[in-house]
Amino acid sequence: MTEKKAAPAAPTRASAKKELPEHFKDYKHVWVFIELERDEVHSVSWELLGEGRKLADTLKVDLCAVVMGPPGEGLEKAVRESWGYGADVTYVVADPILADYRTQSYTEGLETLINTHKPEIILLGATTLGRDLAGSLATTLKTGLTADCTGLEIDDGSLAATRPTFGGTLLCTIYTLNFRPQMATVRPRVMAMPDFTEGRSGKRIDFPLNIKENDIITKVLEFIPDTTSDKVNLAYADIVVAGGMGLGSAANFQHVMDLARVLGADYGGSRPTVQKGWIPAERQIGQTGKTIRPKLYIAAGISGAIQHRVGVEGADMILAINSDPNAPIFEFAHYGIVGDATQILPALTKAFEQRLSKMRKAG
Amino acid sequence: MHIVVCIKQVPDSAQIRVHPVTNTIMRQGVPTIINPYDLFALEEALRVRDRFGGKVTVLTMGPPMAEDSLRKALGYGVDAAVLLTDRAFAGSDTLATSFALATAIEKLHQEDPVHIVFTGKQTIDGDTAQVGPGIAQRLKLQQLTYVSAIRDVDSAGKSITVERRAEGGTQVLKTTLPCLITMLEGTNTLRRGSMDDVFRAVRSEVRTWSARDAGVEDITKCGLRGSPTVVKKVFAPQPRMEKAQQIDALGKSPAEIADETINMLFTASNQLGDDILKLTEAI
Repeated sequence: MTEKKAAPAAPTRASAKKELPEHFKDYKHVWVFIELERDEVHSVSWELLGEGRKLADTLKVDLCAVVMGPPGEGLEKAVRESWGYGADVTYVVADPILADYRTQSYTEGLETLINTHKPEIILLGATTLGRDLAGSLATTLKTGLTADCTGLEIDDGSLAATRPTFGGTLLCTIYTLNFRPQMATVRPRVMAMPDFTEGRSGKRIDFPLNIKENDIITKVLEFIPDTTSDKVNLAYADIVVAGGMGLGSAANFQHVMDLARVLGADYGGSRPTVQKGWIPAERQIGQTGKTIRPKLYIAAGISGAIQHRVGVEGADMILAINSDPNAPIFEFAHYGIVGDATQILPALTKAFEQRLSKMRKAG
Repeated sequence: MHIVVCIKQVPDSAQIRVHPVTNTIMRQGVPTIINPYDLFALEEALRVRDRFGGKVTVLTMGPPMAEDSLRKALGYGVDAAVLLTDRAFAGSDTLATSFALATAIEKLHQEDPVHIVFTGKQTIDGDTAQVGPGIAQRLKLQQLTYVSAIRDVDSAGKSITVERRAEGGTQVLKTTLPCLITMLEGTNTLRRGSMDDVFRAVRSEVRTWSARDAGVEDITKCGLRGSPTVVKKVFAPQPRMEKAQQIDALGKSPAEIADETINMLFTASNQLGDDILKLTEAI
């Protein structure tokens, strides 16, 4: 391919040489920010420890976790678990001020820790918290940050971060050659969960947060937890059925929901269906929506653009239904049906219903 | 109150195609639009102005043709528009972009003190969500991302209370102005511009600023030179080795196709039936 045409900026930047300034040369080790909120660790943090382990092993450095939060059992549990998921060293910033996430307290706390202990790489989850913090931190540190990575590797000692680009039509690999730390965010479920080793221990380094509540300008008046019915747990569903523009209309989404109900599955849709307002934004599957890793994924009337592909590739089994035999989705689906999704979906629903009722009777 | 809305003109990604043979982006003829996420920021800015008074300035950085998007924004009732355009900005990553925009906002602030800066939550072409926080940190503004509602702005323009989408719930935050808000999608519906505004949009002045006009002193902080990230490779993903196993649909009824599909899925995974039974048990 001719890369010049694809990205006019690429040739100039690619020619940029690696000339790491002297004061960055002692930046070492791979860090993962552990997202702890209301005593719960977001599982993306553990997924990142799994990925960080590989990077640290390649670089022959330590894998470090950073746990920030209010003192208490929730924080202590997170520290122990960080070792179980592979951290060699865990930095702990415990302060009651950190009870609620706020940009200022977390940015200042993490910035001071980074400037003191100097990591070469820091990974964060691409959650609302992680993206808020990463964007703020990269700016105060004046370093490079690559969002929503789908692949992380070490190339000649530097972090090579691959992510979708051009609205998810191509992939690109981005480096931060001359600045440290190298920062990247990864969406939940993009990386696999690592194994947990019971009783594995690591080194603990406590670090103070030198901020007073009066110094923090933004106050949290209230936290309103989502009710269970608001929660869309697509990312963690075992079976997912999704629809795309091939369904033809918002009304036809009913076929997707019907099949999902029969399978005990969750349902979602491609980006265009969300933009059309056919389904709510939290049901969007793909790079800018949810990344899923179900056992079975059924994609109906979805063409399979890269930005969708990166969100579903972790599925064990993908069944695609599309009227266009040349749709890109057939390039990464395991099973394909060329046909009208609005006819195939109801037929599948009915056939599954019959099959399952037989199985239930058979016990 | 002075409100600045940052928007970006982006290619309509729904219409981007990759050339099937050369794997390059086919840019020709792809229409440009205002980044759809920015429209929620634009509408919310107009609502705040309508409720609490003041004016809205829309700001964009881009090629000269980005003026089209500013005129569209004027058509919705924005009061003033500034286009930041200079070859020095070419190749900016998010850090360099936030530098240029922050410098321009600082200049606007000197002309007329800025109270709130709005951005969309991210763009549809870059999808990074980094420029908003970047501007906030550079200008030392209170950073409020993923805001779903503005509850109140105090009449003296000193404080603001918002609802923010957080993991697992909604934070109600109160902070002092000036602040930067990245607006969550789906939180409002963009108004139709009045006839007056639509006519005014054609006639209105769009101020065009070069890097120097905007007050940039250190040009090395702009564009490629000001960007710590380096894009080394752009490529199309490899197709999987084997293509999808097709279910032969020719001349068959949907019911027959469905049966055949289920047989195939159950053969591929002997766990699947039990999994589904377990998943449906609770219902």
